Amino acid sequence: MWQSINELKERIHADSSEEIVAEYLERIGSSKLNAFITVDRDGAISRAREIDSRGSDGALAGIPVAIKDNISTKGLLTTCASNILKGYVPPYDAHVIERLKEAGAVIIGKTNMDEFAMGTSTETSFYGPTKNPWGMDRVPGGSSGGSAAAVAGGEAPLSLGSDTGGSVRCPASFCGIVGLKPTYGVISRYGLIAYANSLEQIGPFATNVRDAAALFDVVAGHDARDSTSVDREVDYSSALQNDVRGLKIGVPQEYFGDGTDERVEKTVRDAIHTLEDLGASWTEVKMPHTKYALAAYYVIAMSEASSNLARFDGMRYGLRTEDSDWHTTFSQVRAAGFGEEVKRRILLGTFALSAGYHDKYYLKALRVRTLVKQDFDRAFRDVDVLIAPTMPYPAFRLGEKIGDPLSLYLADVDTVPINLAGVPSISVPCGFSDGLPIGMQIIGKHFDEASILRAAYTFEENTDFHTRRPEGM
Amino acid sequence: MITKKDLEHVAWLSRLELSEEDKEKYAPRLNSILDYFGELDKVDTEGVEPTYHVLALSNVFREDEVNSPTKSLTQEEALSNAPKKQDGFFKAPRMM
Repeated sequence: MWQSINELKERIHADSSEEIVAEYLERIGSSKLNAFITVDRDGAISRAREIDSRGSDGALAGIPVAIKDNISTKGLLTTCASNILKGYVPPYDAHVIERLKEAGAVIIGKTNMDEFAMGTSTETSFYGPTKNPWGMDRVPGGSSGGSAAAVAGGEAPLSLGSDTGGSVRCPASFCGIVGLKPTYGVISRYGLIAYANSLEQIGPFATNVRDAAALFDVVAGHDARDSTSVDREVDYSSALQNDVRGLKIGVPQEYFGDGTDERVEKTVRDAIHTLEDLGASWTEVKMPHTKYALAAYYVIAMSEASSNLARFDGMRYGLRTEDSDWHTTFSQVRAAGFGEEVKRRILLGTFALSAGYHDKYYLKALRVRTLVKQDFDRAFRDVDVLIAPTMPYPAFRLGEKIGDPLSLYLADVDTVPINLAGVPSISVPCGFSDGLPIGMQIIGKHFDEASILRAAYTFEENTDFHTRRPEGM
Repeated sequence: MITKKDLEHVAWLSRLELSEEDKEKYAPRLNSILDYFGELDKVDTEGVEPTYHVLALSNVFREDEVNSPTKSLTQEEALSNAPKKQDGFFKAPRMM
């Protein structure tokens, strides 16, 4: 069930899209991962039949794709894993969904996630946690945990997530698959239900770099409805060269600091040596503001969230409680609709933006963001890509960190600086520790997805970590 | 340091009804996170400009006309998810 796009295309040609879609739906139906919130059985089968009967030369014709539940799908329930969006059926498609449909893809369902993408473990979902295919007692990472577990568990060949502070790369790392966070602005956020606009990007998941690039090719591109969308046409699949000769790698010491599991450090350093053996060179680089990135990220993300989530008031969509007066009604709808972590972030974000604290927290964090970004600018004067662990440790246990919010935030230490700087980063499997996958992230300059895809593809072509599958799946 | 009084004020600004139990539960955790945010005070940001967005962006303009390429929703579509509606309008709670 872990078939590549090319294998699936051959099978669609020989058999039909309907047969393949039905196989995946059956697998989802008997799964214990809880990777999906909504499975669109009827829609997916009728769409597959349509592709089978009229044919399509689209890049993903007849291929099933799973979508994170914060991406708007016309006519298909979209909840952000929150009770406050109970019953919400978007009247329009996100830009990425329009692109997928044009390419002939079959959307099979909406995947589980941390509520409003706020989390690192997919445990804050109103619909219960998703489990990691590599260990049913382990978290899949988050917040796009359902999208990653679906691909790792063979329930979808491809999926989309969103990455605000690591929410694609973290679950890719924990689930042993490939996940890409593109440069800010490359994929339109039109129809992505906002958490923290200045940080987030939609990104693809796949079992291998070639498929991730193919999905990325389909969904990337300019869209006037997102004022931050960038107008650049690039063929990302053409970046897939099995050749890193001459590539200059920077290794930021700060990403191997206290709290990094020894096995993770060794595995990532071994992976860097593999690329060195293949003709790349590496050098240590200094990124001195890395240790302040996490606090800056959380202040900015919570501040933006407190503003973005003001729209959920029970008037236009979602949950509505018993009417009272104006303010009381909204306060009660929001109290009943949001979970604990979302409330915490709204409260802290509101505090950080409130009179008397705005300069101390929000403005200060934005200034620190400038310094973090300058660390990247400086590093990229001398190197082509940076390589670091995606996560400081392999997947932790369900329930292990959820009771202590700060300890959960600290898990994002290696992923959030990338969002503050807006640069692209891809997480690829590079080893295992006690049967759990380890991911390394390859970080690039703004708009230089080509270099990170090339490094990731070369690593993959010369190793076999991406071919291993969880037992019992 | 967020006091109970601060928390009540912030909850009001956020339109989030908190029970007494919620307040007891939230305050200490919010304070431990705020303590952590205090790390930022260690950074010298004298003369550093804030970064609101990573890319140099300019405004996107379009003609102000109905049914432009970025078509709007119909009234029916816009109301399709409203829990309460009346005569083609969203029905809001009373003001007072």
